[in-house]
Amino acid sequence: MAEFNLTINGKNLSVDVDPKTPLLWVLRDHLKMVGTKYGCGIAQCGACTVHFNGSAVRSCQLPISSAAGNEITTIEGLSENGDHPVQKAWLEHDVPQCGYCQAGQIMSASALLKKNPSPSDEEIENAMNGNICRCGTYTRIKAAIKTASDSQIA
Amino acid sequence: MSKVKTGIGRRSFIKSVGVASGGLIIGFNWLACKRATEEGGEEMAMQMPDEWFELNGYLKIGDNGIVTIYSPNPEIGQNVKTSMPMIVAEELDVDWNNVIVEQAPLNTDIFTRQLAGGSQSIRQGWESLRTAGATARQMLLTAAAKQWEVPVSELTVEEGVIKHKGSDKTMGYGEIAKAAAQVEVPEEVELKDNDNFKIIGTSRKNVDAKKIVTGQPLYGLDTYKDGMLIAMLVQPPAFGMEFKSMDSDKVKEMPGIVDVFTIDTYPEDMEKEWSDVAAFSKLVVVVGESTWQVMQAKKELKVEWDLNPKLTEQIQILEKSAGMAGATGLESSDIHNTLMAEVGEKKSEVVRKDGEPEKAFKNAARVIERSYTCPFLAHNCMEPMNFFADVTSDKALLLGPIQTPEYAEKSVNKRLGFDLEDIDIQMTRMGGGFGRRLYGHFLVEAAVISQKMGKPIKLVYSREDDMTNGVYRPAYHVKYRAALDANNKLTAFHVNAGGIPESPLFANRFPAGAIDNYLAESWSLESNISTGAFRAPRSNFIAGAEQSFLDELAEEMGQDPIQFRLDMLKRAESDPVGEENDYDAKRYAGVLKVARDRSGWNNGSSSQSRGVSAYYCHNSYVAQILDMTIKNNEPLIDKVTCVVDCGIVVNPDAAKNMVEGGTIDGIGHALYSEITFKDGAPQKSNFDTYNLIRHKQAPKKIDVHFIDNGVDPTGLGEPPFPPVQGALANALYKATGKRFYKQPFVNELKNAGSDLKT
Repeated sequence: MAEFNLTINGKNLSVDVDPKTPLLWVLRDHLKMVGTKYGCGIAQCGACTVHFNGSAVRSCQLPISSAAGNEITTIEGLSENGDHPVQKAWLEHDVPQCGYCQAGQIMSASALLKKNPSPSDEEIENAMNGNICRCGTYTRIKAAIKTASDSQIA
Repeated sequence: MSKVKTGIGRRSFIKSVGVASGGLIIGFNWLACKRATEEGGEEMAMQMPDEWFELNGYLKIGDNGIVTIYSPNPEIGQNVKTSMPMIVAEELDVDWNNVIVEQAPLNTDIFTRQLAGGSQSIRQGWESLRTAGATARQMLLTAAAKQWEVPVSELTVEEGVIKHKGSDKTMGYGEIAKAAAQVEVPEEVELKDNDNFKIIGTSRKNVDAKKIVTGQPLYGLDTYKDGMLIAMLVQPPAFGMEFKSMDSDKVKEMPGIVDVFTIDTYPEDMEKEWSDVAAFSKLVVVVGESTWQVMQAKKELKVEWDLNPKLTEQIQILEKSAGMAGATGLESSDIHNTLMAEVGEKKSEVVRKDGEPEKAFKNAARVIERSYTCPFLAHNCMEPMNFFADVTSDKALLLGPIQTPEYAEKSVNKRLGFDLEDIDIQMTRMGGGFGRRLYGHFLVEAAVISQKMGKPIKLVYSREDDMTNGVYRPAYHVKYRAALDANNKLTAFHVNAGGIPESPLFANRFPAGAIDNYLAESWSLESNISTGAFRAPRSNFIAGAEQSFLDELAEEMGQDPIQFRLDMLKRAESDPVGEENDYDAKRYAGVLKVARDRSGWNNGSSSQSRGVSAYYCHNSYVAQILDMTIKNNEPLIDKVTCVVDCGIVVNPDAAKNMVEGGTIDGIGHALYSEITFKDGAPQKSNFDTYNLIRHKQAPKKIDVHFIDNGVDPTGLGEPPFPPVQGALANALYKATGKRFYKQPFVNELKNAGSDLKT
């Protein structure tokens, strides 16, 4: 066990855990921030996606020892009032079915748009391919990303 | 207007039985005071009332006019948590923006059929939901009429505001709710005519959408409670094996580990419910303080497993009868496939016979015969199986994702011996269901573990535990035969369908009824691999197989595949063969015709390869036309046209979402997914090897159209899933020149290699 100082959603927090504990489980079990989801534990489904210094990473594969000292953003901190352009686009297109994967989808989409504000269809597909949606909302996700990309340009 | 008796399920309308507390608090406020409006993402502050008045078990009205509607059925992503309350709100005549929705807990005194399955929530809830709203509306009007001393007939309501025609007086529901709660429940109420619907048939956003996109706790796995421990299971590595012994001393010393022990979820003398399907009853349990610590301990645990003679004996007999050397009773996919191919050729149990099929086949100028197969599938809900349990000496609280709470309650009653009223089952929003959570063994396991620990626990399945735990979609095999006479006319049709461990046959569905000489046979093989319902059970294979065969048949007969089906349906409509046909040929033909028109089928100039399919299941009709191209040996699906007849569509945009998702899901599973076995062990345990359809592989466009016929609503969650598999197979043939008989098609597509037209 060891103490780690974390910066999550702009707040400084500290936890005392095994250094190998993935960020995902620190968020969920220790900090009770459950928006970041467990889906596979091996970085294959994208449900646990968070931003690590602005880039999308799978928090199930990020040991807490590596997370410490870096800027972490989770779905809870993507925007103050749930009004990030991607979140708004998700609501506008009423994307979710079961909804479980959507936090991860939104974190991947928002990281994509930050780097590439007006991605092509192919760029969207490439950036999102690591996020599985078992309900099959892929066409709506793509439409919502396009809406969000337009709203970011404007 | 139609009148309905409120007598059925009358207990629901006795106000004192009302839902006590809505959903259980899982670390956040269910009664969020803000929600998205219909216009977009903008928030609207909602003032909470000082006092609530329950008019019946489905709803309560606040003194300020805010209405809470309880959604009775489990929410697995089919969006009933929005659409069921919409139906109540319609008859209640309220402004949807003033409605708060809460998930109702299991309450058999108030609700009937609190179950997510068979695409039946809306169909079977239709009348009771409407009656609940209409009854409350009637009580509010009665109270208002009394207060104003005018006849009820002089009152009208619009969006929760009562008006008196003569005096122009108005009153909000909130002002009269207290008095209305004292009004006697009417014996009979009037329901609206469809033409007067203001909410039903209009698109309303998912009531949980804001919580979903902001990461608020909603799911069972999000449950955290003070003093709660995490429990995980270690299960046998193969079907047919069972626990023998373990050495847990070292593991018990690991950080955060509280206990390691075994449980027997379903002792042999326990009377099981149909939903108590579980491959493994004797399980090793590791309990600890955090999920990660328990996951580490599981890896270190040394467990020995043994063959379970009861489970393996029957399989050994089967294997030996097929002449297999070294039969072990531990099943493997290659043996499954050999056995299915062999048994699928034999005569089986005749389920339906019309005319003289044997004679027609004997006299045929030509017989076309094709066989189709599909593998086992894991449901792979994105939220793995889990459940929270807090079992004390006299009460059991169970909270989590379950499609069959009523049956789970009975299972807990039998397993723990608690009275039903001492068992409280609360449902969370589910990260997918697809049939997997009909089988609540995980809930019973959680209850047993909590009782043993004397503490609240959350049972968590890892993805690997989830994927290798069974309750799979069965493996199926079907052989079709068609007899053609010298004039190339279809004279007989024969289907012989089976599987492990059940047959996918629906003997009375199309094309039964359309052919004079028809024979349907059915068979099944034993297995110790547990199986269960998977989105559109049995239809999820046989639809695609049948629709592929009909496509091939049409080609052999030199006919257009849509016209060929329409001609058969015309015969089934005008002069049906047999009396047991369970489909409406006119509605069936209806979706095909609209799909033909909307896709421009007859224009014939599409550069894409097209396949068509249509199917009836769960009381609804779906036709799909799929356009694709092959690019770099990969199928690229450009567009799917979907036409659906499911009667009245309650929430059109959400229904469209469901059809899009079902279409993608159907394509994905037929094309990419399978679970195989070697010596009883599942060969895939996570998404690195188990392929689910991903963004790049999804159709570029899905066009959804609903038939507007005013018929009471029928199923929607399942019907779009099966037929698209046939449309896919038929389009693949157009694209590659090869017919596809074995799912997942990607295997044969790889083999097709350079032969592909690109």
